[in-house]
Amino acid sequence: MVSELINANPIVYEKKERRARSAPIAVEEYAVEPIDQQEVFDHVRDIKDPEHPYSLEELKVITEDAIEVDDQQSYVRITFTPTVEHCSMATIIGLCLRVKLLRSLPSRYKVDIRVAPGSHASESAVNKQLNDKERVAAALENPNLVDMVDECLAPSYD
Amino acid sequence: MELYEGACELKLLQTLEGHTDRVWSLVWNPATGTAETPLVFASCSGDKTVRIWEQNPSPSSSSSSHSSWNCKAVLEDTHTRTVRSCSWSPSGKLLAVASFDATTSIWENVGGDFECVSTLEGHENEVKSVSWNASGTLLATCGRDKSVWIWEAQPGNEFECVSVLQGHSQDVKMVLWHPTLDVLFSCSYDNTVKVWADDDDDWQCVQTLGEPNNGHSSTVWALSFNKTGDKMVTCSDDLTLKIWEMDSTSMQSADGYAPWRHLCTITGYHDRTIFSVHWSSEGIIASGAADDAIRFFVEDKDGLVDGPSYKLLLKEEKAHGMDINSVQWSPGEKRLLASASDDGTIKIWELASLCTGNGY
Repeated sequence: MVSELINANPIVYEKKERRARSAPIAVEEYAVEPIDQQEVFDHVRDIKDPEHPYSLEELKVITEDAIEVDDQQSYVRITFTPTVEHCSMATIIGLCLRVKLLRSLPSRYKVDIRVAPGSHASESAVNKQLNDKERVAAALENPNLVDMVDECLAPSYD
Repeated sequence: MELYEGACELKLLQTLEGHTDRVWSLVWNPATGTAETPLVFASCSGDKTVRIWEQNPSPSSSSSSHSSWNCKAVLEDTHTRTVRSCSWSPSGKLLAVASFDATTSIWENVGGDFECVSTLEGHENEVKSVSWNASGTLLATCGRDKSVWIWEAQPGNEFECVSVLQGHSQDVKMVLWHPTLDVLFSCSYDNTVKVWADDDDDWQCVQTLGEPNNGHSSTVWALSFNKTGDKMVTCSDDLTLKIWEMDSTSMQSADGYAPWRHLCTITGYHDRTIFSVHWSSEGIIASGAADDAIRFFVEDKDGLVDGPSYKLLLKEEKAHGMDINSVQWSPGEKRLLASASDDGTIKIWELASLCTGNGY
């Protein structure tokens, strides 16, 4: 698809060990378990990078610490770090994160997605586009973009 | 006027379901809400349809008012993508519909049936907003291609493009004609509001309200005029509402265009993007935002020392289960407000006074 890779040689990191979710002790069977950082991380860690066969976790685009969750306020903020400053894939990565959370979190959730401060040459422009829901809605009616997003999301459903 | 001194409460009259995706906007038919004609509004959705809703002519008793709205028509199989917004002609006979599929369709109401009579093509991609002028002779559209188009209505439901206005540097979110003058307002992802006027059949930008003029610091999503059209309110992703005033004392030269100036900023109330704002004929500003709340503001007559200011009259938290995309006051006697949301529903509210015998 892309003849020349934007970042031809990304550094690949080891995946974090998968922790089993600690079972809460002596809670009611049907008690609602609050959504936490680890759960949100598990939703997005295996999303594939748009131009490499590695996950966002392996490329350290996403780390658990970069996810803020306030279950009471139904709020999530993800701060991701593109592998290079001029990464033109940043908006695609952001779109993948948004779509995955749209499909995984309860509808009451408000989600903000941004690139890490200083990690991208057009930081504010990228952030603005990622959080304009009308632009996101229009993008998700574009079959080419939807194919690209679905391909990146596929490993995250395994 | 001591209209707002008493406490008010917002009563939910009905929740309307039918759209299968988020509801982006709704617009009341301006020619309805009289003794002869029951209230009608149209709603637009990500499900690619427009729905026409009508109030039952005679709600039998107050207790049955919960079921007083019906979907009378579904305008479907015309647009291939999201239907973003629509606008009624002043007579209420025609409905213009803007879609992400790059077209604007014109529908004629023939005895309750809606028929697509014209399709306006020209925008490169998503059309986001459409507006009729006060006389119904001109139509404006705008979209992601950064342009604003002005169309002239011709006999036989033909529409001729008379001007393509390039001026915004980004996505244009909304266009709205002034309620009495042939002056067009557009607001954009480029954080500005632009004012367009006609000088000898040549449409041009006569003013830009941006950050240097105390304007917004992020996307401007919507605007609305007060009843007389000498004030305007804008809402933005910067979490503020701004009130603007037409400065008719400093009429500009020959064309007689009166510039607009910033009057005040309503800040500190909204937690997330404000998508919609609407000024009622009696002066109550309603706002709908991504924090799921509806808020009402009125001019604060007590605080004139530091210039005009507006105060919060009422806030309805969790008015919807998700973002609120549109709030619109109804025409007619009753103080009804309709809201549209990402949760796929439309809610009909009544703003009622708790106080008795206080003015009305």
